Amino acid sequence: MSNEQIKSLEEIFEARIARDEKIEPKDWMPEKYRKTHIRQISQHAHSEIVGMLPEGNWISRAPSLRRKAALLAKVQDEAGHGLYLYSACETLGISRIELYDQLHSGKAKYSSIFNYPTLTWADMGAVGWLVDGAAIINQVPLCNTSFGPYARAMVRVCKEESFHQRQGFEIMLKLCNGSKQQKDMAQDALNRWWWPSLMMLGPTDAESVHTEQSMKWKLKRKSNDDLRQQFIDQTVPQADLLGLTIPDPDLKFNEQTGSYDFGTIDWDEFWQVVKGHGPCNKQRISARVAAWDNGSWVRDAAMAHAAKKEALKIKIAI
Amino acid sequence: MKNENLYNYILGIADNSLILGQRLGELCGHGPSLETDIAGTNISLDLIGQTRSYYQYATKISEQEKTEDDIAFLRIEREYKNVLLVEQPNTHFGYVMGRQYLFDVYHLMMLQQLQFSKDETLAAIAKKGIKEVSYHKRFSGDWVKRLGDGTAESTAKMQEAINDLWRFTAELFDMTDADTAMALEGKGVDVSKLKEGYYKEVTALLEEATLTAPEGMYFSRGGKKGVHSEHMGYLLADMQYMQRTYPNMEW
Repeated sequence: MSNEQIKSLEEIFEARIARDEKIEPKDWMPEKYRKTHIRQISQHAHSEIVGMLPEGNWISRAPSLRRKAALLAKVQDEAGHGLYLYSACETLGISRIELYDQLHSGKAKYSSIFNYPTLTWADMGAVGWLVDGAAIINQVPLCNTSFGPYARAMVRVCKEESFHQRQGFEIMLKLCNGSKQQKDMAQDALNRWWWPSLMMLGPTDAESVHTEQSMKWKLKRKSNDDLRQQFIDQTVPQADLLGLTIPDPDLKFNEQTGSYDFGTIDWDEFWQVVKGHGPCNKQRISARVAAWDNGSWVRDAAMAHAAKKEALKIKIAI
Repeated sequence: MKNENLYNYILGIADNSLILGQRLGELCGHGPSLETDIAGTNISLDLIGQTRSYYQYATKISEQEKTEDDIAFLRIEREYKNVLLVEQPNTHFGYVMGRQYLFDVYHLMMLQQLQFSKDETLAAIAKKGIKEVSYHKRFSGDWVKRLGDGTAESTAKMQEAINDLWRFTAELFDMTDADTAMALEGKGVDVSKLKEGYYKEVTALLEEATLTAPEGMYFSRGGKKGVHSEHMGYLLADMQYMQRTYPNMEW
């Protein structure tokens, strides 16, 4: 294809996106669009399956049968999100095994929030309330993103995430209406999860490398800083309702902007975790690699069995 | 308690679901594939749901002020009535599927009888359970076949699991005093009558899976009487941690 032809295809493509048309897997797309989407969708899928680990950590110790069932259902939802996000990603011409390899080798990233440990039951509340809360703010705009399979997957993901967020808040509410020990547990969880949740919305706009192009492709519709502000403005009144204190002495409502001003985020910590040196990075990846490696004989057996069945079918047909 | 036999009978059934659900829950996020993780979690969720229905019913029969969580979390080990099979650890995926299948076949047979119980609540719980457990059995049975008739390595591993777990199967058909009393009243199932059909069905599937049902083995029993394996204490320590550390609180 000549450069001119490609240029004309690109123009048609950009015009379709500008008209809010969906791009489907078989449509022509620029290589950069394809690669960017593989990166973002797989990063999202990896976050779902790595995110199963910190919450799975409390299934066996959930304090009541009702909570155990709800947590099982939640972690199962996350596995489901992982499954259809990997499927959406595969439509771009990459296999799930290749994507796993990227995760296991450290080439692909996942949300850095899952590199923090879940130490008490209240962390199940805080993760639902804050982490899923921040995730929704990030993801709701993606329901209208330009790539069809991703946009459709996000509609379902967002519905379920919003349920998880309410469930997390309800865990916190129960703790905050409980004994002093329970309320202390809730405050401690908020103290540990607040700042990492703010970091979860990504580096400041000045440092964000992907924003401009992603905005154009509607892969991103608001900047990281705008999303962060939205999260803070939404969450502070909820903390008030719980009777918990946000661990930020500089947090203050600004009458002029109608938003909360907040303190400085420790970006050194953020980059440290992103670069693999958070409290649980090694543990999380080792757990995923172990699950994959220990499961290889099972997957091999399934393939071998399917091949035998197929051969038998052909033999019978002949 | 007016109806101690009924109470004990319900716990005898429910404890199996609780402990197996707990074991499967430990695996969440660590399975050989995303699909098996989802299925395993789903089965665990079904079993915990069944447990809740049984325990909620048991709280109505108990004359003490008890909740489903008191029954689930605040008994001592000797008071749990589950069979030894369901508390066995997740040694590898062959054990997980072997344990599941060996239990599912029994579980489905038992529920298919329990649905005709003269006790309406038990009959209703059983009816709902049959749909779920039919799926569990299909899933675990398919995996026993895949692993048994897969690669040389998987055949060896699946056979190893069956050999180790087989000795826990006979206990499934032992009748406790509560079982006998409830069977006489037409409320409970005479599980001793399920034994022949069980071994016939299991042996046929093992054969299809190119596996061998162990013969002439000694059988281990005790769970139904509260005498468990060494694994049980650790399982309970984990499961009861919150309720023991923070007593008398709501979650």
